[in-house]
Amino acid sequence: MTPSGKTGRLAFRNARLIDPASGLDTKGGLLVENGRIADIGPRLFNDAEPRDPEVIDCKGLVLAPGLIDCRVFTGEPGSEHRESLSSASEAAAAGGVTTIVTMPNTNPVIDEPSLVDFIRRRAQATAKVHVAPMAALTQGLNGEVMTEIGLLKEAGAVAFTDGDRTVANARVMRRALSYAATFDALVAGHAEDPELVANAAITESEFATRLGLPAAPALAEAIIVERDIRLVELTGARYHFGQISTRAALDAITAAKRSGLPITCGVAAHHLLLNELDVRSYYTFRKVKPPLRSEADRAAMVEGVASGAIDVIVSSHEPQGADTKRQTFASAAFGAVGLETLLPAALNLFHDGQAGLIHILAALTSTPARLLGLQAGSLAKGMPADLVLIDTDEPFVVDERDLHSRARNTAFEGRKFQGRARMTFVSGACVFTRGGKDAR
Amino acid sequence: MTSANRSPILKTSHLLGIEGLSVPEATGLLDLGESYVAQSRASNKKAEALEGRTLINLFFEASTRTQSSFELAGKRLGADVLNMSVKTSSVSKGETLIDTASTLNAMRPDILVVRHQDSGAAELLSRKLDCSVINAGDGAHEHPTQALLDALTIRRRLGRIEGLIVAICGDILHSRVARSNIRLLAMLGARVRLIAPRTLLPAEADRFGVEIFTDMKQGLAGADIVMMLRLQLERMTGAFVPSSREYFRFYGLDREKLSHAKPGALVMHPGPMNRGVEIASDIADDLDVSLIAEQVEMGVAIRMAVLDALARGLARNETEPRGML
Repeated sequence: MTPSGKTGRLAFRNARLIDPASGLDTKGGLLVENGRIADIGPRLFNDAEPRDPEVIDCKGLVLAPGLIDCRVFTGEPGSEHRESLSSASEAAAAGGVTTIVTMPNTNPVIDEPSLVDFIRRRAQATAKVHVAPMAALTQGLNGEVMTEIGLLKEAGAVAFTDGDRTVANARVMRRALSYAATFDALVAGHAEDPELVANAAITESEFATRLGLPAAPALAEAIIVERDIRLVELTGARYHFGQISTRAALDAITAAKRSGLPITCGVAAHHLLLNELDVRSYYTFRKVKPPLRSEADRAAMVEGVASGAIDVIVSSHEPQGADTKRQTFASAAFGAVGLETLLPAALNLFHDGQAGLIHILAALTSTPARLLGLQAGSLAKGMPADLVLIDTDEPFVVDERDLHSRARNTAFEGRKFQGRARMTFVSGACVFTRGGKDAR
Repeated sequence: MTSANRSPILKTSHLLGIEGLSVPEATGLLDLGESYVAQSRASNKKAEALEGRTLINLFFEASTRTQSSFELAGKRLGADVLNMSVKTSSVSKGETLIDTASTLNAMRPDILVVRHQDSGAAELLSRKLDCSVINAGDGAHEHPTQALLDALTIRRRLGRIEGLIVAICGDILHSRVARSNIRLLAMLGARVRLIAPRTLLPAEADRFGVEIFTDMKQGLAGADIVMMLRLQLERMTGAFVPSSREYFRFYGLDREKLSHAKPGALVMHPGPMNRGVEIASDIADDLDVSLIAEQVEMGVAIRMAVLDALARGLARNETEPRGML
């Protein structure tokens, strides 16, 4: 994993420690030694000021495991002008994200062991946070021939996905799932029937009709969700729906989970907070894939997070430039950057009383770590000291000029949020401190 | 008369769609259009409303009819008219629509007329340009001057729009003409019906205050006006309907189907027509029934009215004090 190990000790005191993995939520302190968590507890540093070279007084702010964002598109390799691993890691650090899980949708596609190796080396050399690459499920993302899942896994791929593309051919998908199951590899699918959504820019609805935009029915998602659930039943593969956006998909997944199938799913922050009407008059920064849905579907996503039926919250960070977004809505590219708004957007659910803080943080830390088998997402002794200090109350307005990402296409421009990362640590090293109000 | 009466008609400096237009604005444009019909029939067709102004026709989709109609309207009002046809293929991927807009902006036009294959293109340009923008058709969104010329045609023939039954038939799904007409006719008090096979009806069409029919005879029963839409040839070969002959059998307008409408019902078509696909030739050519030629004439008049109305807005903005600088 990326940054160089830290020598020496770092002490956090007066923190509200939240560790979703163990259910811990208490006031206390935490000690880092050599980049790992050496001690943690409610009475740590209570009585005596620690004599460590560096002490951080958290002043009651939340100290939690650094976030793991399971769905991040970067432009490296191939489109570094949009986002490199380095610039994505800057955005991640500013958002309290200490591990980004990258999608293989680059140029070239990450479908070879040497390319997985390339991503890991580039990340080690240039990125501030950990980078865990997913590899392609099919060669060239063409949905025709499966990749070398065994070798790719050995090279360090944490899961297999065609990113934002659906494997249209059920026979190919069945074989890929069967084969992946041999290696206990996790497959992350994208659920949109490609023929139904061809050329569509938005969800089919009265609103889409008004705008006169090419649209596809929301059930394009459930059709693939239902298909893949059946294939999981047949093959026994571990399967994760990278992101869902509709009640129909949620209901199908909830039922599949109840019957014991090894299925999980994620939701993008923008599908929790925005609905189709937020596209307003052809606002291309809110053209995302899958598209924004009805208010009923948005509410279902919030409900899904609250009930735990949705396992993880992701940013679906997808950098786009002026060339791809300064277009008419139908011609503009899909995607929105989200690494820096993931935590504030998720905290919105907490402030609205829709889910508890520890529950929301679990969907951003311990659960993705467990799904992907990462040594992260926990405050247990001996774990890497990937930490985020969160001010859950700090109000701010999203301004694209403040973003650390190379791309500016946020779906939340102008949105008022409450709560964000104050400091971020990767393997014990501070990689981000919010300017001005230093917590030290 | 028009040069004497220069009161403002439009509150906005663009015409991007029927949506957002008020009833007084719409009727104001129709009244002004009426006056330009008379002028266009006179031997001296020239007026000065746009004297010294530059009008650019920017067409990303070919359209002989609309483009020449705007060109003639601009010229009759004394503007310098520049036609720019941009084939989609020649717009390199590198240049975005906004880049094109800033290039044009630097030429300082007063009014830009734009036709584009994507919905929202005119809106996008209006936000980036300093001049007035007229939407001459954007994707499947709106084509406001077509709706206005249709309304003017109907009003001149039948004396009113309120209370009339207007049946719009054909490819509603892809039609900006239908969307603008639904909005305008409903706003002016007509009862609008849509007639099409399910594949050519947009989602939630029933939410637009219209009645939906899939059977032509039922939909036409009692209709005062039958408005046929063009069916794009590439949409007939199995994609949305199985074949043109099947389409004509069930949705093409012939004498038999027309006999179910109100006696004396009038037929309209925004053109260009597919004879034998959506309309039988003998109906299209029957001057007692077809308003098609009249629509074209009203097109020039209504575009003169829209240009005049926007020019009044330009003059207003230019005479307003510019602040303290």
